Amino acid sequence: MSPRNEILANIRASLGVTGTEATRRLEVDDRIQRAPAGVIPARGQGDAAAIAATFKLEAERAQASVAEVSRAADVPAEIARYLRDANLPASLRMGEDPRLAAMPWGETAIEVARGPSDGHDLNGASAAFAAVAETGTLALCSGPENPTTINFLPDNHIVVVFAGDIVADYENVWKKLRAGYGKGVMPRTVNLVTGPSRSADIEQTLLLGAHGPRRLHIVIVRDG
Amino acid sequence: MSAAAPTSSHFKDNVHEALRNAPLQKALGHVRANFIERRAEAVRRLPEFERLRDSARDIKDHTLAHLDLYLEAYEGKLGELGGQLHYALTAKDAVDVVLSLCRERGAKSVTKGKSMISEEIGLNDALESAGIEAIETDLGEYIIQLRGEAPSHIIAPAVHVNGEEVAEEFRRAHLHLPAGRDLSEPVQLLAEARGVLRDKFLNADVGITGANFLVAETGTSIIVTNEGNGDLTQILPKVHIVIASLDKIVPTLEDAAQILRVLARSATGQDMSVYTTLSSGPRRPTDPDGPEEYHVVLLDNGRSLMLGGEFEDMLRCIRCGACMNHCPVYHAVGGHAYGWVYPGPMGAVLTPTLIGVAEGGQLPNASTFCGRCEEVCPVRIPLPKMMRHWREREFERHLSPATLRYGLAFWAFFAKRPTLYRFASDIAMRALSLVGRNKGRFAALPLAGAWTRYRDFPAPQGATFQSRWRAKSGRVK
Amino acid sequence: MADAARDPIRVGLFVTCLVDLFRPSVGFAAVKLLEDAGCRVFVPSQTCCGQPAYNSGDRATTKDLARQLMAAFEDCDYVVAPSGSCAGMLAKHYRELFAGEPEMAGKAQRFSEKCHELVSFLVDVLGVEKVDAHFNGAVAYHDSCSGLRELGVARQPRRLLASVAGLQLVEMKTPDVCCGFGGTFAVKYGELSDAIVARKTADIVATGAPTLLAGDVGCLMNMAGKLLREGKPVAARHVAEVLAGMTDEPPIGQPKPETKA
Repeated sequence: MSPRNEILANIRASLGVTGTEATRRLEVDDRIQRAPAGVIPARGQGDAAAIAATFKLEAERAQASVAEVSRAADVPAEIARYLRDANLPASLRMGEDPRLAAMPWGETAIEVARGPSDGHDLNGASAAFAAVAETGTLALCSGPENPTTINFLPDNHIVVVFAGDIVADYENVWKKLRAGYGKGVMPRTVNLVTGPSRSADIEQTLLLGAHGPRRLHIVIVRDG
Repeated sequence: MSAAAPTSSHFKDNVHEALRNAPLQKALGHVRANFIERRAEAVRRLPEFERLRDSARDIKDHTLAHLDLYLEAYEGKLGELGGQLHYALTAKDAVDVVLSLCRERGAKSVTKGKSMISEEIGLNDALESAGIEAIETDLGEYIIQLRGEAPSHIIAPAVHVNGEEVAEEFRRAHLHLPAGRDLSEPVQLLAEARGVLRDKFLNADVGITGANFLVAETGTSIIVTNEGNGDLTQILPKVHIVIASLDKIVPTLEDAAQILRVLARSATGQDMSVYTTLSSGPRRPTDPDGPEEYHVVLLDNGRSLMLGGEFEDMLRCIRCGACMNHCPVYHAVGGHAYGWVYPGPMGAVLTPTLIGVAEGGQLPNASTFCGRCEEVCPVRIPLPKMMRHWREREFERHLSPATLRYGLAFWAFFAKRPTLYRFASDIAMRALSLVGRNKGRFAALPLAGAWTRYRDFPAPQGATFQSRWRAKSGRVK
Repeated sequence: MADAARDPIRVGLFVTCLVDLFRPSVGFAAVKLLEDAGCRVFVPSQTCCGQPAYNSGDRATTKDLARQLMAAFEDCDYVVAPSGSCAGMLAKHYRELFAGEPEMAGKAQRFSEKCHELVSFLVDVLGVEKVDAHFNGAVAYHDSCSGLRELGVARQPRRLLASVAGLQLVEMKTPDVCCGFGGTFAVKYGELSDAIVARKTADIVATGAPTLLAGDVGCLMNMAGKLLREGKPVAARHVAEVLAGMTDEPPIGQPKPETKA
């Protein structure tokens, strides 16, 4: 018997079922189809202003820095300011996200490189698919628009969040994914990022910048 | 490289060593101080925590009760994604699958995200024996790999190692770096590890991770890390292999979210780990990065046989480590004393299942049943009850030590005969009280050596309560 | 609340082996507390609840002892024990023992519902809010694991202790951490148990209190035994002794004054 069949047979024998029982199949199909939500904390809930405020608060608790700008066009200047203040060179690796592409990078001294990162970039920028107020978490999807390597290889990661993409809880991220990609369909990678990389493996001392970015800077665009 | 043969049957010797290990005792002080308070704080901040525990438990129970069907659903979805599923009945089968995948692709170097399953099957040793370099990338795992040790905690594997010891290992291993460099601060050690491992990440042929969840709805594997090492392990090499046990399956993304909400809080007291990554298959045609191949090795290793039995609840375990963080035994001796891969209360229950009662049977006995583990388990596993089941099995098979069996049989003989019990106990206590009346206690007492070696034994007050009661009241009832 | 004038509540006192054999004064203190609260106390002929056998995996002996105990305490309204672990055995574990036997399981279930630990019975069931006792000095209180986690005993002893004139409760850093007794664990894994109790005695001594109280004689004998071996000047008693104002007997492990040479 193949390992697969032996394992399935063992499971069925242990549970005392044949695997063909209609009620069981219905339960499983129903749960997968309906994907019932369960307990959702009150923390992230509220109107648009409340969830934006909660997102900022929680992201800062997770050691991300957060700035707000009024319009998308203000983003490059804010990032230039951030890099200057942090004594970082004015260079930035990003993907082909049209929202980022439409921003006036030329108005700053930032040298923009496009495409996935190969480990030689100090700074990377992405545009978030969504942001979760509940825990200050960013949802980033793989693809040419926001290559996954940009989330991890550069020392410093800057993520642009459009206010309309801030949601209360993870359940809303799943809904947004299903709306964008289809039920049961996912991009290759979805990264849920909460703060910069860290480790407490050496004497329980919390240190930022383990393997992923040392710094995470979030720019929220209010009108958009 | 993980520890070779289990030493769980030498638990008492391990305890003896651990109690004398000063750096270990110091490190355990950190465990006691930090993990408990952080979890408590995270719980305080989340009013819905208890309901989430119930929800997480119910999701696991439901999934286990329908595991065959959810596995089939997961398998179907994974196929749609272009991922390949490999079922492994035993630890050896899992190792064989990984080795052949690596060999077929001429892999010379493999990076690894933290995976307890890979420890369980002894994967690193097998890879090394096959001439394939296996590099642990979780900082704690990397440190213990350099030391040739097994992890001593399921989420903080190097918790027993102090800063000086890490610096020593790095000097020994990173010979390409200047000898006189300063490694006195944790931040310097971290920076060095980051640099060394970055090269490994970029040059690895295969990346192997575990999985916290396998989602049937979408064919997705989810890993949870704080460092980002699991991510660099899986997106940079051409091949990503996920190795996970059957019980990691959950039905939907919503179900994963329920459990994620209790996982990090129970483990480290964070509301969410830094990186929760959902991976669904190999790279898509339009992806500029990501692995070209995606394999999932699904391990049974006896778990399918636990279903429907006394230890079924143990399959709910989500590997958070809360139980060991709160265990007075773990606090006293640390993880290595348990002698194999899984320490603490969850290790005490799981180890005999995976390596047998003869080898692992000490562990469920070395508990006071204080119940703190069950109190903090996010999926409400009745750990003391599971440990008692092991004791029942050992008792039935006459595996308990003879002295204990005789002692208990002696006690039971009297306890089942109330009149004899009252009579004999009264005489014995009067006698013992007389003998001990000068000091009120015994520094040494025949048959009580195991007690009096460490503690004095208080003398009884004399006549028993029941005899005094009867004398006082003349009442029988 | 007990209305002693009409129908006093019939309480069967399950003294527990350790109290019966080692420290009867705790039993008498329990009787006083129960009678002061208006109960009529009975002491059926009794032995052991079976916990040592249960935790050693001997279900058969445990069931025999359980049947015997349930029969002995059949006509009490309540069964009360001055021990969290023994009361926990009766209140929580008896029903699991007879899982495959519907009739006995039902009987055990009903029996369980009338079983209580002493102090929580006084406060939660009888509504006792204070006691008429005095005890001078600082006291540290240890929360025995079973009482705490199986039965929720924590607030109640502290409440009653607060009403004892002259008594000052000084909390340990971690009163809810196991003392390392665990019944047979203390002898099976002596070295490990010793390491755990040493941490507990350090915590006790750090409070500066000269007296240690708890609700379980097993834990108390363990902690007292270690304190005495370490030469630390802390006197250990069962909380019932202090609440009942019955502290004439020497503390655990200490001799009667007049027999000292």
